[in-house]
Amino acid sequence: MNAVWPHLPILQVVIPLFGAVLAGFLRRPGPAFAVALVVSWLMPLIAGAMLWQALATGPISYHIGSWPPPWGIEYRVDVLGGFVLVLVSTVGAVIMPFARRSVAFEVEEAQQPWFYCMYLLCLTGLLGIVATGDAFNAFVFLEVSSLSTYVLVALGRDRRALLAAFQYLIMGTIGATFYIIGVGLLYLLTGTLNMVDMAARLGPEWAGHSRAIVAALAFITVGVSLKLALFPLHAWLPNAYAYAPSWVTAFLAATATKVAIYVLVRFFFSIFGIAIDFRDLPVAEIILALSVAAMFVASLIAVFQTDLKRMLAYSSVAQIGYITLGIGLANQAGLTGGLVHVVNHALMKAALFLAVGAIFFRVRSVQLSDLAGIGRKMPITMTAFTIACLGLVGTPGTSGFISKWYLATGAFDKGWWLLVFLIVGSSLIALVYVGRVLEVVWLREPSAALENASDPPLSMLLPLVVLAAATVYFGFETQWTAGIAGTAAKDLIGGLR
Amino acid sequence: MSYDLVLRVGTKLILPFILLFALYVQFHGDYGPGGGFQAGVIAASMVILLAITCGLDLAHRIAPQAMVQRMVPLGVLIYAGTGVAGILMGKNYLDYSVLAQNSASGHELGIFLVEAGVLITVAGTMTSLFYAFVERGR
Repeated sequence: MNAVWPHLPILQVVIPLFGAVLAGFLRRPGPAFAVALVVSWLMPLIAGAMLWQALATGPISYHIGSWPPPWGIEYRVDVLGGFVLVLVSTVGAVIMPFARRSVAFEVEEAQQPWFYCMYLLCLTGLLGIVATGDAFNAFVFLEVSSLSTYVLVALGRDRRALLAAFQYLIMGTIGATFYIIGVGLLYLLTGTLNMVDMAARLGPEWAGHSRAIVAALAFITVGVSLKLALFPLHAWLPNAYAYAPSWVTAFLAATATKVAIYVLVRFFFSIFGIAIDFRDLPVAEIILALSVAAMFVASLIAVFQTDLKRMLAYSSVAQIGYITLGIGLANQAGLTGGLVHVVNHALMKAALFLAVGAIFFRVRSVQLSDLAGIGRKMPITMTAFTIACLGLVGTPGTSGFISKWYLATGAFDKGWWLLVFLIVGSSLIALVYVGRVLEVVWLREPSAALENASDPPLSMLLPLVVLAAATVYFGFETQWTAGIAGTAAKDLIGGLR
Repeated sequence: MSYDLVLRVGTKLILPFILLFALYVQFHGDYGPGGGFQAGVIAASMVILLAITCGLDLAHRIAPQAMVQRMVPLGVLIYAGTGVAGILMGKNYLDYSVLAQNSASGHELGIFLVEAGVLITVAGTMTSLFYAFVERGR
């Protein structure tokens, strides 16, 4: 154990990479799934150990190739990083058993081993972005995760998945290019790519040269916002989520956008926040305005969707608005609320998309019109679905309430009463689109087409129930979510100028 | 379907030299322009040239589909495995100095292995991309 302990940051990234290679070698669905399952279950242990270490003794640093930073690539896991690593790896581990049957049902057999290969590569990239402390290395992992995501989306059986993946590819590439231009500008200014070193060099003496820093800030903000689907840069998301295989949608909704949010927080608070005084720039105001727009516009669009998966995709855009709202507020309670919602939203959206996957598995359709009365045929699935829906609205007793409570407190601390009302108001729109689905699902008579529908097998039901239970659990017990998010937020805000 | 005689004979004459040049670019990468990526592309171009002038079946005989598809992960495995060797020998990931008696030759060997991995993956990827395109119409 002692021999492994110092290598945890790199093992977090290299084990899924080896898993991907192995899945590519095996070229049979069964063994490839077994590899993906073992790797997925190993990841939370490593991430948890690192979070525990970061909470106890401060950031962990690992030097690739023994080259000391800032010359070599440094992997750095602090409380925020550990928090996101635990989230991504745990979601992967919990939903992995669901994949076996769902993927067998939705993806052609010859492509299934490559599916697991691509999933593990995507996991490598997502965990790598968070684990690394090097701005360029983060770009490489961003591309690793994005490229594998395009493939995963394109593996959907519907031919429209190809178009959705292509659209995502174009937007994602623009986002990555903007990010790398921003990093290039920072490299020009500081001569370093190491994030900690970059922050140290962007001291007060750079105030006179702030134009290049502002340009870098603009490029990185827009690039990363494309990746995290901040309104109005979300155009790729509804199609990609709607046409990807169900399991992929659940995985992406819970992890990919969340990791992009981590990148945004990292650059805002740990690098730019140290170099320039944000109060001189309208960054926070722009983010706040776009977040509020996302909360309302995307929720309103969701109300009018007839495809359940598409509706939830628009709801994702709206929920990301809450998270960026917390970033824009940039005070202790607000940022805590944003970071807590990263976890809470990930868990409930994973539950919702898994439920949609289970419905598709039994009914072969996720059109709202085909789902009348399905609650009576698939009671456990739809109960879990309903609990996660209540979480989306922010009902007290679910984790969604905790996030919104912190966000409202953050707005209240700033004296922005209007914002508090907007948070509550947008939740009411969420109640409308959620209520519309729940009415169809529970209160109507089942149609003849649903004659043979029933709850899915245990391997699919269990992840769903666990995630729904987590939504309730984290509505009462907030030490692990809000507690750690609060610590991370304190670290981040403490560094600001 | 018949193929042009001059092209076929000319191609077969030039093939070994293309592969030799790929290996030259690979091993000369330490001292001059070149390296695994360029060498991999050149090696793949040999297979592609053969497929264009002499037909896909002959290309499949020297570079079967299954082999080419396995080359893609194999190269990554060699690269990542070189890194893990550092951990197993008690140093950090990708620390080449443990691979040989002294640090300098360890680094030389490490880079050599890593570049070999790149060569295999790039050659495999280029060839399978070509196969994927030409086999669409079949």
